[in-house]
Amino acid sequence: MIEKIKVTDLYKSFHKLEVLKGINLLVREGEVVCIIGPSGGGKSTFLRCLNQLETVTSGTIVVDDFVLTDKKVDINKVRENIGMVFQSFNLFPHLTAKENIMMAPVDLRKMTKADAEKKAIELLTRVGLAEKADSYPHQLSGGQQQRVAIARALAMQPDVMLFDEPTSALDPEMVGEVLQVMKELAAEGMTMVVVTHEMGFARDVADRVILMADGMIVEEGDPDELFGNPKEARTQDFLRAVL
Amino acid sequence: MDFLEFLKMVAEDIVRAAQDATPLLLQGLQLTIWVSVCAIIIGIVIGLLTCLLRLSRFSVLRGLASAYIWVIRGTPMIVQAFFIHFGLSQLIKVFVPGFNFTALESSIITASLNAGAYLAEIFRGGISAVPRGQMEAARSLGLGYGKTMRKVILPQAVKIAIPSMVNQFIITIKDTSILSVIGLADMTNKTKAYVGATYNNFGGWFYVGFFYLALISVLMIISKKVEAKFSYDRKN
Repeated sequence: MIEKIKVTDLYKSFHKLEVLKGINLLVREGEVVCIIGPSGGGKSTFLRCLNQLETVTSGTIVVDDFVLTDKKVDINKVRENIGMVFQSFNLFPHLTAKENIMMAPVDLRKMTKADAEKKAIELLTRVGLAEKADSYPHQLSGGQQQRVAIARALAMQPDVMLFDEPTSALDPEMVGEVLQVMKELAAEGMTMVVVTHEMGFARDVADRVILMADGMIVEEGDPDELFGNPKEARTQDFLRAVL
Repeated sequence: MDFLEFLKMVAEDIVRAAQDATPLLLQGLQLTIWVSVCAIIIGIVIGLLTCLLRLSRFSVLRGLASAYIWVIRGTPMIVQAFFIHFGLSQLIKVFVPGFNFTALESSIITASLNAGAYLAEIFRGGISAVPRGQMEAARSLGLGYGKTMRKVILPQAVKIAIPSMVNQFIITIKDTSILSVIGLADMTNKTKAYVGATYNNFGGWFYVGFFYLALISVLMIISKKVEAKFSYDRKN
């Protein structure tokens, strides 16, 4: 199995507040890793370190043989291979769904405009929104916006996808459509790291579930194992509260 | 004097001003427009540059930009106009004998520096009003800082800033009247000359007010159209 992400001794502080206290993690190609845990436990910060939206205090992060924590690495180049989906969608409001998807590939000269447009339609079809190609974000529901955001991330043909609580800002009836797209993506073999509060999704789709609290990995393992028979008291408390 | 007679007198004053002062005011209008247009265009360039300097990583550049805004906002425009036209000219004369700014040059410099300082703050407000997630989303796709600014942040910032920008343009146009004190032959200056020669104070100042009103109205019509062009999001 090929290693996609390797995190070693990762520490991160905001001023005096230590948010991540020595994280070690290995993600293999095609693996789906779900990170669960209480709010403020460092899950999102950790995920954002994986594409350097947060700079780390110490430790190393290697993605696809690029050492992200090395100052000399061209971070823009690395990010092209790491797609990210945000809790608040962050679609570009001045561009249509199609233009949102086309912008990065065209601007970074990965594709011609015509190819990018073809790709955008293909991706929109894949997330079930072909007919919304020319809609602006404000004309779409939350669930639709998030599906466009996933398509936008996929347009750069990344081989790792990061999801930061992708369904937390959605109305309950729209959660399913987004999770469905993510499930299909997982089934196609995409390497995924997902911070989520959707325990059902974690149980069904993840190859491995990680419980993170107080800036540390408390417990990790196979979903059936972690949900069915948690070993740590912290995990048991958390699961009792959310399930 | 009964009321009807009074009304007739008022009307006559205005008609007289319209008959006698129109050619003068049309001359003045050209300069008012010329200085305003130059000041707005140069002001936008100065404003954008200053705004970018304020967002710079280097504290020296940030300090320079802040100092410029501080000085312009902290001193009256009439003082700036006198300082540039007479003070600065005097200083430059030490090195270049016989040097003098023309009233038009001083006017354009003063109005541009003024507009630039206020526009810089307006642009900065627009940029900081764009949600942080927009920068993160663009950067996460692999776009660099400059590209993200150009393609994602600035289009949204400009849209947010348009109403304040139009407001500043209106102020800039009206402030050109202050520049009559250094001898700019604008509408206000021409009116002063007309009133001085005829003592038709009421008619003259009333009539020139119409010219400013018309000029600002044209700008407002244009800005409405521009604003409509930028409105991709009807909800906001």
